[in-house]
Amino acid sequence: MRGWTILLASLVLAAAPAAAQDRLPPAPYAYQQLPDPAQEEKAKALMETLRCLVCQGQSIADSDAPLAGDMRHEVRTKIAAGESPEAIRKWLVARYGNWVSYDPPFDAATALLWLGPLAFLLLGGWLAFGRFRRDAGDAENAP
Amino acid sequence: MIAELGLALLWMAAALACLSLVAGSLYLRNGKSDLAALVRPASVAQGVLTAAAFAMLIALFVRSDMSVELVARNSHSLKPMLFKVAGAWGNHEGSMLLWLTILGLSGALVAIFEKRLREDTLVATLAAQAALSLGFFAFLLFSSNPFKRLPIAPPDGQGLNPLLQDPGLAFHPPTLYVGYVGLSVAFSFAVGALITREIGPAFARAMRPWVLGSWIFLTLGITAGSYWAYYELGWGGWWFWDPVENVSLIPWLAGAALLHSVSVTATRNALRAWTVMLAVVAFSMSMVGTFIVRSGLLTSVHSFAVDPERGTFLLALMAIYIGGALTLFALRASSVAEGKKFALLSREGSLVINNLLLTTILALVLLGTLYPIVAEAMGEKISVGPPYYNKVAGPLALILCLVMVAGPLLAWRKDDGRKLWSRLPAAILAGSAVLFGLILFGGKVGVLPLLGMTVAGIVAVASLAPLWGRNLRRTPLPTWGMVIAHFGVAVALAGMAAESAFIKERLVAAAPGETVTVDDFTVKFVGVRPIAGPNYTAVEGTLIATTPSGHSFTLRPEARTFPGLMGGAPTETNEAALLTRPGGQLYAVLGQPVTGADGRAARYQLRLWWKPLVWWIWLGGALIAIGAALSLLGRAQLLTLWRSHRARKAEGRYA
Repeated sequence: MRGWTILLASLVLAAAPAAAQDRLPPAPYAYQQLPDPAQEEKAKALMETLRCLVCQGQSIADSDAPLAGDMRHEVRTKIAAGESPEAIRKWLVARYGNWVSYDPPFDAATALLWLGPLAFLLLGGWLAFGRFRRDAGDAENAP
Repeated sequence: MIAELGLALLWMAAALACLSLVAGSLYLRNGKSDLAALVRPASVAQGVLTAAAFAMLIALFVRSDMSVELVARNSHSLKPMLFKVAGAWGNHEGSMLLWLTILGLSGALVAIFEKRLREDTLVATLAAQAALSLGFFAFLLFSSNPFKRLPIAPPDGQGLNPLLQDPGLAFHPPTLYVGYVGLSVAFSFAVGALITREIGPAFARAMRPWVLGSWIFLTLGITAGSYWAYYELGWGGWWFWDPVENVSLIPWLAGAALLHSVSVTATRNALRAWTVMLAVVAFSMSMVGTFIVRSGLLTSVHSFAVDPERGTFLLALMAIYIGGALTLFALRASSVAEGKKFALLSREGSLVINNLLLTTILALVLLGTLYPIVAEAMGEKISVGPPYYNKVAGPLALILCLVMVAGPLLAWRKDDGRKLWSRLPAAILAGSAVLFGLILFGGKVGVLPLLGMTVAGIVAVASLAPLWGRNLRRTPLPTWGMVIAHFGVAVALAGMAAESAFIKERLVAAAPGETVTVDDFTVKFVGVRPIAGPNYTAVEGTLIATTPSGHSFTLRPEARTFPGLMGGAPTETNEAALLTRPGGQLYAVLGQPVTGADGRAARYQLRLWWKPLVWWIWLGGALIAIGAALSLLGRAQLLTLWRSHRARKAEGRYA
């Protein structure tokens, strides 16, 4: 909570001179695409995997909340400055924790999340295909 | 008076549910058939009385009777009539009463129409349905009374969440609820059959139409909900993997698995224990979904009540029902033989793989939905969203689609694969044409959308293969249903993949008179004007979109402001304007004004998207529902049932 208040404050401060010069609202890149389509595509892909922290189950790419706008601006600015999407994600995770990323990392806390479906599939497959194998055996033993 | 009458009707209905349960249990224990004769009429009466109570609640909303707490909190006298009616279920208490109404009416329909089951199994089924109702009656009457009066009636109500004031949303909850709660019939059938040990083709045939029926409503409800999110939230997303969406998807997946396994049991008397298990799981997932959404574990437009007491009550109910059914299953499972055997390469074999993949997807969606909640309880805050589901569920869904290609072309029991191989080349040709076309001309496309479109091409052709070489007029309805539903999957898949691969986005701050290009469209921003709706004010933008061939279309997106009622803060929503073209949709949103130097709004934020094939997603959903409906018509033998009912009545009259 405290983390994003600080970020918000710093964003407002950082954006203030820009607003004075360009007559744009505080976060220019909140509702504006990057001029380079390749960079914009990267930014868009990243934004779709970041949670809008004050919304209900929305990514920052599809929210009208002011904080989401500020975060979009932040992501686009960093992409324009040449940072890689993963570096930006790390930077955001360091500030807000894993809560901000819709793409959970693979670690001790999420091992079950990532491996659970695979285990379920293998167990289910073993149970189901065990049946088929037995059937084949039955057929061979049949007179 | 209306509120008091409604409450009295609810108590009477609860008493009848109690009667059904007690009479049914005594009959099953002692075999006295005069008690069994009570169960059918009691079930019908319970359904009718609950529906009457629900009608009373709607009447209160229509009359805007503000002395009733629920009306005062969720309605307003100036609301359009449709939303006054919809307000009856747009809240916690009303939606639980709707849930009970559908539960009661399903029981009544089973009591009236079901003739194919043995008498004792039917009584056990109705008793199980009554037991389900009883728990939710207790929940409603003791902790969520919808008819509670206020000591002093306020002058007017607080209104309904503006986001929910949309005609689509008026029908979304009832549709989804019919699907959710319709699965209770499958649950009760399973419990009834476990009690009397009558698990075989007759039981499966009796259950199948109910599964199909509720699955149709689930499909329609999910499709409509997705379209609502698409045009109402103003960003053009159609699926967010939001927990609230997931809990509607989970019963749908269970229903899909169930209606495939039930056909194995009905046709081949195999997979019996598994079908019973799935029937229990399907409605359990509906209850889990209701619990997650309604208990306040999640905050969203869907969680009306954030009240720990109610959450605990629902949790206890769920534990009793799911635990009870699973215990019964465990006790009886050993006496339920798995049934006839089959080879891997056979219709049954492909349906087993179908079920395995569907239940794995179900498990992972449930895991992804619950994981953040459990993790948060253990002090770890994580988010599970689209990247996770795309990575894990995406490949499984594509494999499932490929199994769907093979299944209908295989014979029951054992197959040499000759028919499959003879009909595959055309499908593979279609798939590779799509794949190479995309690689050569499609530009940069992600792996998942690329594979999605390829598989869609294969499935589209292969799904029609069961019709080849058949007399189309003599092809049975269920086969038509299967073909259309499978084709619908291909259509929806193509829509999803094409939309995510080729979407074009333009975000601009435009002044009136400026033109913007998005994909092939030239869009001229003409200007804005203020307008007033029945209970909101709005700024309406006028955009003229011109296609390369010179056709012009006018789009009028709105930015609406709903006044805050009873001292609440005003709410703003975006009404997107959509232009549907054969190749997709142009999606336009009017955003915030951008103030110029003189402090006046000189420019407006415009969001424009070209979404190729996007409407195929919902067309596919509709096709799936139509296919299931055809199948239902073929399976339920509604006409036959109706005629036998009439005949029996006539007999009774002349006897």
